[in-house]
Amino acid sequence: MGIASVKNRKHASLHGLTQHGMGVANRFGYLGLVLAAFALMMMGKADLTVMERVRASVSDAAAPVLDALSRPVASLDRVVDEIALMDELRRENVRLREENQHLLEWQSAARKLSAENQNLKSQLNFAPDAEPGFVTARVIADTGGAFVHSILVSAGARDGVAKGQAVVTGDGLVGRVHAVGTRSVRVLLVTDLNSRIPVIIEATRTRAILAGDNSERPRLIHLPPGATASIGDRVVTSGHGGAFPPGIPVGVVAQIGDGSVLIKPYAQRDRLEFVRIVDYGLKGILDSSSAAEGAGVSQ
Amino acid sequence: MKPTFLQRLDVIVRSMTPFILTLTFVVLAQVPLHIPGFAQVAPILPLMAVYHWTIYRPDLLPSMAAFFAGLLHDALSGMPFGVNAAVFVIVHMVVMSQQVFFQGKSFLVIWLGFSLVASGAMVLTWLLNALFFAVITSVEAAFVQYLVTVGAFPILAWLLTRWQRSILSQV
Repeated sequence: MGIASVKNRKHASLHGLTQHGMGVANRFGYLGLVLAAFALMMMGKADLTVMERVRASVSDAAAPVLDALSRPVASLDRVVDEIALMDELRRENVRLREENQHLLEWQSAARKLSAENQNLKSQLNFAPDAEPGFVTARVIADTGGAFVHSILVSAGARDGVAKGQAVVTGDGLVGRVHAVGTRSVRVLLVTDLNSRIPVIIEATRTRAILAGDNSERPRLIHLPPGATASIGDRVVTSGHGGAFPPGIPVGVVAQIGDGSVLIKPYAQRDRLEFVRIVDYGLKGILDSSSAAEGAGVSQ
Repeated sequence: MKPTFLQRLDVIVRSMTPFILTLTFVVLAQVPLHIPGFAQVAPILPLMAVYHWTIYRPDLLPSMAAFFAGLLHDALSGMPFGVNAAVFVIVHMVVMSQQVFFQGKSFLVIWLGFSLVASGAMVLTWLLNALFFAVITSVEAAFVQYLVTVGAFPILAWLLTRWQRSILSQV
């Protein structure tokens, strides 16, 4: 390599002064560009709002293209899925019949409980929660690579989406709205490095914070001392901090190591095609300070 | 003979294609493919484009263009602004410094070169992210993403070479 570079230099010098002059200019050019990049990083660290606005407008501009591109991929995906499903259909059918039997029993139990609940509530003068409003939107971009776990969704401020709202699928919590453009929204997944969600372990009512670390299994932190969890326990949002309502399913305890409890989220990233952005009408702490903190900005 | 206006326009449009292709790769890399586990380790398409064009047509993809491709990548992928811009510019610089070495080399050497450059780029991206968020993250996904990127390089390189020979032969 050393010999080669010496040769290169000789080669360059043979090309005369102009070439050499350009080389120097280039080197300054590189330095300038690298410095510009670092300046941008500093600015991003110092003032998140400006950078987020720039990012939102770029996302907005790219949204129609990404939306168009994501459609054929999704339909192709569905065709492949259907072919794969054909094979499983019979077995699936048998399994579903059994499950249906099971669920019917549950349904009658639920009906009974629901009626009882209604009855008791009316006796207690209970004020019911407001019905949440929601927007359903298509996932149009999903590849932060190994370093960012976020998706772009084709809804925006014009649909009434606001920062901090919960993003869910039928399976469970996906993440929360991190940045809002006019027609695109960036959703921070629960697995992202900067995601912090107040949760409880349903069985033991143990409070904790679900913290992402860019791996597929986010972990529980701030567990009270002596707290126990066992594999398979359901984890749901706790409603603390006022950002999310309590009870949104998040995942199950998948692995317990020394001092760490790893959660397998219900929502699978590769299955996300449509998501619901739910407005519970909560103006929680995640709206302002924690959201900025969540984005890696210390204030 | 003086080229007509249309001929000149044709040349200008053709010579813009390396940059446009690089931007296209940035956008394409964001499309959700619904393959389990793929999103975390998807190949970094624009990195390959920057590497390829810096070797063969640096005149059509100057460092400034690499910088802007990096910025777009940062904006769409959700990484901090400037990370990929810095990485792409540094890749451009490193490849330019080895320009003479790369000329006329077989594809295997180019691929090997890419595996080295991409490893440097990956380490740098990891480092910049770690510095920005002040957190050490697992390197596992980054390593797999590196392998996938290097593995996907021949396909992209083939496409870009075809493009180069057909669209850019007269430019």
